[in-house]
Amino acid sequence: MEFLAATTLSDALAAKREQPEAVPLMGGTDVMVELNFDRRRPPALLDLTGVRELDEWSMDGDVVRLGAGVTYTRVIEELGQALPGLAMASRTVGSPQIRNRGTVGGNLGAASPAGDSHPPLLAAGAKIELASVTGTRTVSIDDFYTGVKSHAGRPDELITAVLVRSARGPQQFSKIGTRNAMVIAVSSFGLALHPDVKRVRTGIGSAAPTPRRAVEAESFLSSALEEHDLWETRAALADSLVREFGERVKAAARPIDDVRGTAAYRLHSLAVMARRTLGWAWADYAGGTA
Amino acid sequence: MRVTTTVNGERYDVDDVWEGESLLYMLRERMGLPGSKNACEQGECGSCTVYLDGLPVCACLVAAGQAGGRQVTTVEGLGSAEDLHPVQQAFIAAGAVQCGFCTPGLIVQTHDLLRRDPHPDDAEIREALAGNLCRCTGYEKILDAVRLAAETMSAAPVDDPSGAAS
Ligand SMILES: Cc1cc2nc3c(=O)[nH]c(=O)nc-3n(C[C@H](O)[C@H](O)[C@H](O)COP(=O)(O)OP(=O)(O)OC[C@H]3O[C@@H](n4cnc5c(N)ncnc54)[C@H](O)[C@@H]3O)c2cc1C
Repeated sequence: MEFLAATTLSDALAAKREQPEAVPLMGGTDVMVELNFDRRRPPALLDLTGVRELDEWSMDGDVVRLGAGVTYTRVIEELGQALPGLAMASRTVGSPQIRNRGTVGGNLGAASPAGDSHPPLLAAGAKIELASVTGTRTVSIDDFYTGVKSHAGRPDELITAVLVRSARGPQQFSKIGTRNAMVIAVSSFGLALHPDVKRVRTGIGSAAPTPRRAVEAESFLSSALEEHDLWETRAALADSLVREFGERVKAAARPIDDVRGTAAYRLHSLAVMARRTLGWAWADYAGGTA
Repeated sequence: MRVTTTVNGERYDVDDVWEGESLLYMLRERMGLPGSKNACEQGECGSCTVYLDGLPVCACLVAAGQAGGRQVTTVEGLGSAEDLHPVQQAFIAAGAVQCGFCTPGLIVQTHDLLRRDPHPDDAEIREALAGNLCRCTGYEKILDAVRLAAETMSAAPVDDPSGAAS
């Protein structure tokens, strides 16, 4: 096995071009488990922790450019205002040690349906920046997840950043597991209100082959809010509306039974999380705090 | 491959490191530093917690090569048998050590907690130690030890050898 330690992005991209089968290594919290348990023996590891460009975040107007190597701990400490949904989800990841090391880019690279950054990024409408020696492109988060643990990046590309508009309205995240720490989601749900464009967006985790939005539920809710002038009046939501939203979120999921939970429980819990997160987010919005 | 790294303030050149091995393996098997314990090898138990450039991480999930050019502080770097750190003393005084396997990781993690927050409440202690498992289930004594360490350390502050202050 080779150990390639890149110190600049251009070196890293050149290495990936030359050896597309080299496995990118950031926090290692997914990759090292596979190595330690002999589940994987790649011909090369491409260490990206020395690449400064990946380790930074910046604001471009109202868009956060979050380098792929920014850890959960930093998202929590530095981006709670701009990216509240992602920060909430980050707080639920693993343990302090895992959050000090694990990165959002690594979560996207692994593209597990259970990854906690996916629902908030779907709900926020993020874009993923992919780079290779031939250039940089961005892919909408809606098109990023292509199958179980696979994504739209090519073998010669690296994930370099996540582009997310700073929150214009309340965002929420909810996750079901057996304890508060160290839990892979049984199911999870992210919700973001976008009052500036009068839209609601969602993200479902651990309840389909890939993370996905509940698109039909979003349109249903967005139309109902618009029709009743609720974005302007900020009046309380009818119980029937909230329930119907929960049912439609549930209808968007395609869960399976596995060691962490049954498909039936996942469906049930999604409807509950959808109702609750909508309730919390709307209470925030009605309170005018956001 | 060769890895050049600084552990507990001392520079090491370690040869014949396998490219896929962990920092934990390198510390224990190649550098004679067995304080960090090898238990789950998947980041679940926290027994191998060390500081890497001032942040506590699971050494089993850091590739040895990733420690190249960086600063590592292990439990051995926090205190010695002759000169125990107040966190170590508190674990003994509170009876928080049973089989001892989880202790090094808890010491490092507690050290980090008290450095960031000298007066944590119980919820903060539990949150900080959520990634450290004790299979003797001595958690109550461990909480006592953290509270005791917080008291003694605020009465008599000590130097911080973790490298985080810089
Ligand atoms: C104990 C434990 C608890 C955990 N708890 C959670 C949890 O609660 N929620 C959760 O979502 N996850 C959890 N995880 C999984 C893991 O921590 C996350 O997926 C994390 O985000 C991975 O980030 P990393 O930087 O460590 O990735 P790495 O392990 O370095 O990489 C992960 C994958 O992404 C690829 N990759 C890395 N960087 C790039 C890049 N720039 N471009 C392209 N591909 C890249 C790698 O090749 C690999 O396939 C847990 C893991 C452990 C060990």
